[in-house]
Amino acid sequence: MARIGVFICHCGENISATVDCPKVAETAYKIPGVVFSTDYKYMCSDPGQTKIKEAIKEHNLTGVVVSACSPRMHEPTFRKACAEAGLNPFLCEMANIREHCSWVHEKSEETTEKASDLVRTQVEKVKRNHALESIKVPVNKTAVVIGGGVAGIQASLDIANAGHKVVLVERDPSIGGHMAQLSETFPTLDCSQCILTPRMVEVAQHPNITMMTYSEVESLDGFIGNFKVKVRKKAKSVDEKLCTGCGLCTTKCPTKKIPNEFEQGMAMRPAIYVPFPQAVPNKPVIDRVNCKFFTSGKCKVCQKLCPTGAINYEQEDELVELEAGAVVLATGFDVLKTTYFPEYGYGKYKDVINGLQFERMASASGPTHGEIRRPSDGTIPEKVVFLACAGSRDPAKGISYCSKICCMYTAKHTMLYKHKVHSGTPYVFYMDIRAAGKSYDEFTRRAIEEDGAKYIRGRVSTIYEKDGKLIVKGADTLLGGKPVEIEADMVVLATAGVANHGAESLAQKLHVSYDNHHFFAEAHPKLKPVETNTAGIFLAGACQAPKDIPESVSAASGAAAKVIGLFSKSELTREPVVAKVNRTPAPPFSSCMGCFMCKEICPYQAIDKEEIKDRAGNVVKVVAHINPGLCQGCGTCVAFCRSKSIDMEGYTNEQVFAEVEALLNNS
Amino acid sequence: MNQELMKRTIGYYPGCSLEGSSREYKESVSALADAFDITLEQVPDWNCCGASAAHNLNKKLALALPARVLAKASAAGMTELLVPCAACYNKLSVVQHELQNDAALLAEVEEVMGQKLGSPLRILNIIQFVQEEIVPRLGNRVVQPFDKVACYYGCLLVRPNDILKFDRVEDPQLMDEVMQALGAETIDWPFKTECCGAGLSVSRTDVVANLSGKIVKEASERGAKAIIVACPMCHSNLDMRRAEINKRYGMKYNIPVIYLSQAIGIALGLQEQQTGLHRHFVKVDHTEFCKMQQRQPVTEQ
Amino acid sequence: MENHPSTHTLSGQIELRTGVKSARCYQCGKCSAGCPLAHEMEFTPSATMRMLQLEDEAADKELLRSPGIWLCLSCEMCISRCPMSIDIPKVMDYLRQKSLEVGVQPAGKTKNIVSFHQSFLDMIRRTGRSYEIGLVVDYKMRSLNLFQDVSLAPQMLKRGKLPLLPETIKGMKEISRIFTKSAKK
Repeated sequence: MARIGVFICHCGENISATVDCPKVAETAYKIPGVVFSTDYKYMCSDPGQTKIKEAIKEHNLTGVVVSACSPRMHEPTFRKACAEAGLNPFLCEMANIREHCSWVHEKSEETTEKASDLVRTQVEKVKRNHALESIKVPVNKTAVVIGGGVAGIQASLDIANAGHKVVLVERDPSIGGHMAQLSETFPTLDCSQCILTPRMVEVAQHPNITMMTYSEVESLDGFIGNFKVKVRKKAKSVDEKLCTGCGLCTTKCPTKKIPNEFEQGMAMRPAIYVPFPQAVPNKPVIDRVNCKFFTSGKCKVCQKLCPTGAINYEQEDELVELEAGAVVLATGFDVLKTTYFPEYGYGKYKDVINGLQFERMASASGPTHGEIRRPSDGTIPEKVVFLACAGSRDPAKGISYCSKICCMYTAKHTMLYKHKVHSGTPYVFYMDIRAAGKSYDEFTRRAIEEDGAKYIRGRVSTIYEKDGKLIVKGADTLLGGKPVEIEADMVVLATAGVANHGAESLAQKLHVSYDNHHFFAEAHPKLKPVETNTAGIFLAGACQAPKDIPESVSAASGAAAKVIGLFSKSELTREPVVAKVNRTPAPPFSSCMGCFMCKEICPYQAIDKEEIKDRAGNVVKVVAHINPGLCQGCGTCVAFCRSKSIDMEGYTNEQVFAEVEALLNNS
Repeated sequence: MNQELMKRTIGYYPGCSLEGSSREYKESVSALADAFDITLEQVPDWNCCGASAAHNLNKKLALALPARVLAKASAAGMTELLVPCAACYNKLSVVQHELQNDAALLAEVEEVMGQKLGSPLRILNIIQFVQEEIVPRLGNRVVQPFDKVACYYGCLLVRPNDILKFDRVEDPQLMDEVMQALGAETIDWPFKTECCGAGLSVSRTDVVANLSGKIVKEASERGAKAIIVACPMCHSNLDMRRAEINKRYGMKYNIPVIYLSQAIGIALGLQEQQTGLHRHFVKVDHTEFCKMQQRQPVTEQ
Repeated sequence: MENHPSTHTLSGQIELRTGVKSARCYQCGKCSAGCPLAHEMEFTPSATMRMLQLEDEAADKELLRSPGIWLCLSCEMCISRCPMSIDIPKVMDYLRQKSLEVGVQPAGKTKNIVSFHQSFLDMIRRTGRSYEIGLVVDYKMRSLNLFQDVSLAPQMLKRGKLPLLPETIKGMKEISRIFTKSAKK
């Protein structure tokens, strides 16, 4: 016999100002099966919860309906209270008489009636609820970190130092990302590689971290605590165990004129190469697309010269399957190339470069050994014009957001330039100066007040080349939009930060949401910045949105903390609201016909085939089976099944129809 | 590829300039049409499109005057309209677009006109016409290939790009490609779409001297031997106002300014009179800007 | 929350008539940087947008009186590069028409520009097409610039570029109708 308790909440005045709560409680008491009914000001408070617990014990309740706010707010609260009183938590339901009633209607009799109707539907449902047990899922305490930039490095170290295993997957031949390309970092002007390379080495040497470079994620299956990640280790054509990193092969390779990705096209590299001198691992890879042997069958110089015989042209890609409990996405970002700007020459002027190219120029290990020189003729530029907001905050070009870091690195660039070319004049065309971090504003002021950077507020309409100089046509809006024309020796465009190439396809492989700019979507913009909507996959760094180094590192540590928290449990509990294929006595065993249409339409690949065997071990029937660990309770298969063999625990067809009929029968 | 010379008829809107001060433009377009067996069917009883005067003073007039032209063309059964004047091309295209996309505005303008707009036409500028109708039929008829030229598009051919959808806004290339088909080396220069001074030729001649002068100066300094244009206003400002330009810049620029249609005429070896070159203010001597080898036919690239 | 444009300000009127929202301009100055005549204008294109944003009667008056709005060549370089795609040419057209509507009397060089446009339209009203000799005569009478291009005319005549007689189209009734109906508010 059902013994249901109904608890009507006033929610302060949120509900009681519009709904006559005592009347609702009174009406509820008359419903067959209800043995207890009351109303109270704050059901979710301590005394409120105590009321529920006491009522459960006193009246031997078999089910509880709390009519209050949305279950998204307090379902866990009330279910926990019931559990503490000894009642299975899934025998507790909430009727939403706030968001669905008091907050959307005016005070009237009908509003109170509607509240009563809502209560009645939940009472009818709860009468048919079954006690359910949470599903326990084991947790694999290995994390896969995708992306080996500073965010990926930080996350890997944090997780590894907490005692868990980490596999760091990086698609380039070396870890380090963009930070390894920078010369000095703001606001301290620290040498970027000097602070990063020790961390890179730490990652390589850490006993808990396995580094997989020149590797890419092929696919991801599974669910939180139990992911299966397939990684393709691209063939380096070099046996890392034999290679000593002597570099002889890179000096003798006959194909020398390949634009160097690390140097952003400002220098060339050979076909067998190490991306940069401080690369980790410091072993070369062969670029098979451009290697003479792989394109035409001739050469093999590197193999002949290698003192340890480490070159192996037959090496093949290796597909590795990893098992992990959590995934951290740290795939970083990219910046627009100068080709993106028609009004600045479509990238055809050699002396118009972007910020990242300027970093390589300013870097001591760069193509000019840290000297600022014009790419066209190698002379030292006396006038350099920096354009902030090149492509950012530009809806006409499709990028309406601010790329956050450019104001700071442009100020930095003017300082680096001035420190190296004392007689030079840096100009900056800007719209605003966004320097909100710690010591950031002081840094930009230093560029203007001490290092002589000439800031002009206005955007540049066009740049063209005349007699070896670049004519920059801008305006000074602080002087009414007065046109300003500068004959520059070099122009640096602070181009917009964009999602790294391949972000969209990776997000689709991982079933992670992304926005229209292909930045990965956080679960909540304010309260969950390092989580995604996919349980167990976390975000770190600029792959979520443009950010500077301190923010990337913070996010990485935040993501690592989430992973470590996840790994602190030996098993995970999942809500048992999952679909189930019915089982009946023999001979049918199940009304499932084995059509497996449900398997095709399940968005979570949670349905597989199950063989039903007789005592002799012969397969009698093959029916659908839903993996409770993967099922997200969406209900698609329940609606779809043609033989009505699937039902949803916690929202059975019987329960849902009871709700509907409760509404219809009383009108 | 030698295309068969098919008889071709196309709607034609010369506009006021071609009837008056830019007569040589009309002559050269007619000469081309004759040379390639194309019949230019004029829009019956066409009126002035209003050019720059109308949109500066009266919005309704600026819509109704071009609309009447389109209405007349449509009523005559035309589906395509060649408009050699860039300003007319711009106005007709933009007005057609605006009226096709705003029913209330269309009703208003039809009431002002006292007639229906009719079905939309495909409006072509001279470059599109040459690209589609002339270049494929050139065959080996080019007897005087060009040397180094500057292609000057002016402001009205490529802007507003989202409506005109012609070439690209920055550093357009389609006129250059036509000239290259005539053997020319087209210079890469930054003033292809900088305004020449537009309709201020009479009221603010000093502005034209300044802006057009910049264009003449830049083209000359970059080694061009001729400036190719596709707009009567640009031609007028660069050619007829050369004395004012030279005075302002203290120079004697003598680089000739040639309409694209005239350029083709020259390349084909047509007489000066046929293409109206004798009407220019700045002397046009084709030996200055054509590759003067033996007159051999050039095989089409 | 919908912000309804007020018709008391130029900015509001422009939004209602042309759809251009002056608030969208964040004053980057790219328009002024590329405008061929910005150096001559009292209010460059970006400054013009700023004056509109003030939504101030005095500023609006000043704007309608400024010669810059007549210098604008409508070359559309501004909108082609504007990151917010603000239709400045449409704004300029509106300001020009409005200034005449409220009775601003153009002076000096500006008067010449306005006179030329008016003479041009007068010719169209009379014949349906442009008639250069008539246009220049009309212009000289309006602007009193009697010696303008005195040496140019014979050179044009010599080259056959100046037709002596106007060509009147047949549909003059339609032209009259267009002019009459366009003059109404």
